[in-house]
Amino acid sequence: MPELSTGPGRVLVALYGVLGIAATGRSAVQLLGQPEEAPLAYSLSLLAAVLYLVATASLLRSTPAARRVGLVACSVEAVGVVAVGVLSYAASDLFPDKTVWSHFGQGYGYLPLVLPFLGLAWLRRTSPSAEG
Amino acid sequence: MALVLVLTGVAVVATVVMIVRDESPPGDPYFLLLGVLLVVLLVQAVVGLVALAGTEADVDAPTFVAYLLTAVLVVPVGAALALVERSRWGSVVLLVALLTVAAMQVRLDSLWTGAGA
Repeated sequence: MPELSTGPGRVLVALYGVLGIAATGRSAVQLLGQPEEAPLAYSLSLLAAVLYLVATASLLRSTPAARRVGLVACSVEAVGVVAVGVLSYAASDLFPDKTVWSHFGQGYGYLPLVLPFLGLAWLRRTSPSAEG
Repeated sequence: MALVLVLTGVAVVATVVMIVRDESPPGDPYFLLLGVLLVVLLVQAVVGLVALAGTEADVDAPTFVAYLLTAVLVVPVGAALALVERSRWGSVVLLVALLTVAAMQVRLDSLWTGAGA
């Protein structure tokens, strides 16, 4: 079975690792600091953080089960960043403070918008059933 | 510290050259440069913590400390990944690590000056 974490996969591991740490750090500071200020935004930050760490771990483990977990994590990330991205423009009062996904991940160089799709593409490329 | 940004900038240029020429793994001068960057980041972490303890300004302390310490970790982790992946992709990992350091440095500087320290 092709290794998920070699070649371009290692770049994905690096990117996901960075984003995972960034999102975890932000949600920890927010939830420990002023949890009552923007509960929805901070909970979403925490969810994003967990998803990024799960995706990083799945890439590193590369087992069939990890691939399925990675697929779910990347899909939820993709939906999350698009949904929160739209909502943060359309209904900005829902998000009094920023999340990793606000404005399509603008504060993080749009990485949150790009990464899940890269992750899905990479899962597909390396899938055992696919050619090459 | 501007020195961090200068060193990171030089390393970014060196990394892009490596990626374009498909030279991997990086040579000793490159790792020497990363080593110098790491030492500067370590010094910055110590100086930053001391300055934070001594300042009267309203710096966001937990975030500031987290950035100081994480910036030190990014370089060795990136270098380790690049050494395992001895291909062009390993150099791309280094590029990711260096750009992360640069982004964190900008945030650190703005956290510090933004608080009027």
